[in-house]
Amino acid sequence: MDDCLNEKSGKNLIKQITRETGVVLHDCYQCGKCSAGCPMAHAMDLMPREVVHYMQLGMMDEVLKSKTIWLCATCHTCVDRCPNDIDIPSLMEKSRQEAKRRGLVAVKEVDRFNDIFMENVKLFGKSQEVILEGLYNVSTGHFIQDMENVPHMLSHKLIGIKPVMIRDRGAVQKIIRKTMKDKKKK
Amino acid sequence: MSRTGVIICHCGTNIASMVDVEKVAEEIGKIPGVVYSVTNKYTCSEPGQQMIKDAIEEHSLDRIVIGACTPRMHETTFRKMLKGTKINPYMLEIANLREQCAWVHTDKEKATEKAISLVRMSVAKVGSNKPLFTSFIPIHKKALVIGGGIAGIQAALDIADAGHEVTLVEREPSIGGKMVMLDKTFPTLDCSACISTPKMVDVSAHPNITLKTSCEVEAVTGYVGNFEVTIRQKARYVNHDICTGCGLCETKCPSKISDEFNQGIGERKAIYKLFPQAVPAKPVIDAQNCRKLNGSAKCGVCQIVCPLQCIDFEDKDQLITETYGAIVVATGYELIDWTKLYGEYGSGRYADVISGLQFERLVNASGPTEGHILRPSDQKEPKDVVIVKCVGSRDEKKGKSYCSRACCMYGAKHAHQILEKIPGSNVYIFYMDVRTPGKGYEEFYNRTREDGATYIRGRVAKIYKEGDKLICTGEDTLIGKPVTVKADMVILETAMVPARGVEEIVSKLGISMDGDHWVQEAHPKLRPVETQTAGIFLAGTCQGPKDIPDTVAQASAAAVKVCGVFSKEQMETSPMISRVNEEKCCGCEFCVKCCPYSAIAMKEIDGREGNRKIKRMVATVNSGLCQGCGACTAACRTGAIDLLGYTNDQILKEVDALCL
Repeated sequence: MDDCLNEKSGKNLIKQITRETGVVLHDCYQCGKCSAGCPMAHAMDLMPREVVHYMQLGMMDEVLKSKTIWLCATCHTCVDRCPNDIDIPSLMEKSRQEAKRRGLVAVKEVDRFNDIFMENVKLFGKSQEVILEGLYNVSTGHFIQDMENVPHMLSHKLIGIKPVMIRDRGAVQKIIRKTMKDKKKK
Repeated sequence: MSRTGVIICHCGTNIASMVDVEKVAEEIGKIPGVVYSVTNKYTCSEPGQQMIKDAIEEHSLDRIVIGACTPRMHETTFRKMLKGTKINPYMLEIANLREQCAWVHTDKEKATEKAISLVRMSVAKVGSNKPLFTSFIPIHKKALVIGGGIAGIQAALDIADAGHEVTLVEREPSIGGKMVMLDKTFPTLDCSACISTPKMVDVSAHPNITLKTSCEVEAVTGYVGNFEVTIRQKARYVNHDICTGCGLCETKCPSKISDEFNQGIGERKAIYKLFPQAVPAKPVIDAQNCRKLNGSAKCGVCQIVCPLQCIDFEDKDQLITETYGAIVVATGYELIDWTKLYGEYGSGRYADVISGLQFERLVNASGPTEGHILRPSDQKEPKDVVIVKCVGSRDEKKGKSYCSRACCMYGAKHAHQILEKIPGSNVYIFYMDVRTPGKGYEEFYNRTREDGATYIRGRVAKIYKEGDKLICTGEDTLIGKPVTVKADMVILETAMVPARGVEEIVSKLGISMDGDHWVQEAHPKLRPVETQTAGIFLAGTCQGPKDIPDTVAQASAAAVKVCGVFSKEQMETSPMISRVNEEKCCGCEFCVKCCPYSAIAMKEIDGREGNRKIKRMVATVNSGLCQGCGACTAACRTGAIDLLGYTNDQILKEVDALCL
């Protein structure tokens, strides 16, 4: 009886997520317009509609274990089209944070990419594509991924070997530090 | 020789674009007896009608054929027009050149040929038309309403307020029906009893309404304006003329029986009032369960304690016969007996699996628990409640194929009431679809979800007991996974079915039912409160499942129809009815059996056999009941019955015109 609905433990977490995101879950009547328009749906294991439904039922484990929350591109097509204005990307974002906290990352590459990206920004004030790509490929073991594009991008000066710095790196670092501190306080 | 005038209508371009109307008029003009044959752009218009009137004078016409649209459209228009001329309105035939010719063909030449044939048939038929005259029947301005639920109450009040006498017949000891059992009504959540009991009191106090409770309709004869109705007043064993309703008898009665008003939750006495606000507020004795009346004991305690000596153990059923001009059928519904159909839900073995109406009594302040939601098995407050919709509805195999229409809304209401009354409770609603077509209904459903009700799309497959929990298993079809809920109580929102005994009432009234035994309306869209029998109208759920707003609206509509009948002193009847040729009638009674309106009876006449005078039976048609359907004329083996306006002779003339 693993799917006994009144023994689901996810209710408190869902309450917290809905409070933080301002999403009113019961507004969703499961029309599926979000899933039908989602550009990432082909790769997802749960449809965006299902993510909302699991949350309605209090079945948070299924959501946290899913690939879907990591594959969401946060393009907001779903919110834009939703008749009930359910902010699915925010639900995905909060679910990702919780999944990571519990060590339940279902698509490791996305998480790795995210971490490298943030480190990059912390260091240089903005993302450095070459470093990002290099570190990502090395750390995930996909050594030659996207390498065929490098000569073209170099010759068209879309990327450069030398990092491009911003004027005040300190300011960005300060923002990041402050955000992290606020988050811990919460 | 007859002098027939023929007018072929262009109907704008409707007919003229596909039929060469000029050619039709020309060809028809050649038929002997046709002295006038023309075309007209719009015959039904004022100038078109004037043209016919002028032609009648000018050409001394004595019968008319109009080739135009369907007679359903303008036959009455042209009959009315002929009333102002020297021609009898029934010396008219209409050839349908639009729906049955121009609109359905694409070849103009062939369509024209067909049009000529159609008009020729009408010309042949009109040649043997005879003037017909309408007759009048008197109207008895008193209405009978059968059923004292909210539909019957509303219809009775509306007719009575319009100034007509009404008799309201109810088989139970009190009026009020199902509505008075309910706690609150969706979507406004107003108290059901608070809005229905004042109406009940209005009924009992209205000078134009005679209230007959514990009564059933025994027999009905007659026709619109003149129904002879026999009503059986069942023995109450309490003289209601003297009884003040003090209730002493009820407190002393030793017999305790399961309370049907409270849906079997709780008990009542053998001498009882149906519920505290009953109208009339006087008790009756349930003879089956009374110890004295069923002979199981001497008892008679009620008779001893009654201060006014109202108890009469010798009381007998009485038959009362009265004449009514119109009848409103408002016999209502009951809930399907799910215990016989759904083994997977426990067949009623689990006390805490209850029906929606039982929940209404549980949550009702005047119910057995005084409004506290306590589950029947152990009187504990349930924390997790499962509501199952479509039990018996939309289930062709076990129940009914139809949707019962009100369950989605009262299911949402039940969820709302549980979440409101029991803090920290959880409600799970298993549904197939959520149907909320009504004013403020979708908003109410949203509100219930806002309250915290969890909607799960799927039917519950099985309910079984584990400890003191009821395990409900089903599939959430939106995620494609089986789910279970450990519930403390389960509410089944069961299908509405017609009230018991509706079949007898329907056959007594000579009206019809559909396959599910809902009373059949004359037309689903355009005559929804009328039956095929003139003067008998429908109100409320006897016609099909509906909620209170629709029921009340339909009851008022039926009342208006009754007032329409009563607005005239006498009623014109169509002269196009069957007539029996007594010489030819052999008395076989085939026509009596096939008449759907019970309009044919047998009568004895003087006849002769050789030289001997004898008495013999022949058919006779009641002009008030006959609707001119013609079934009898087809069944009559001696050709003794003719439908006036469509006699066998006329039809054969039409066939001859087409085939010869």
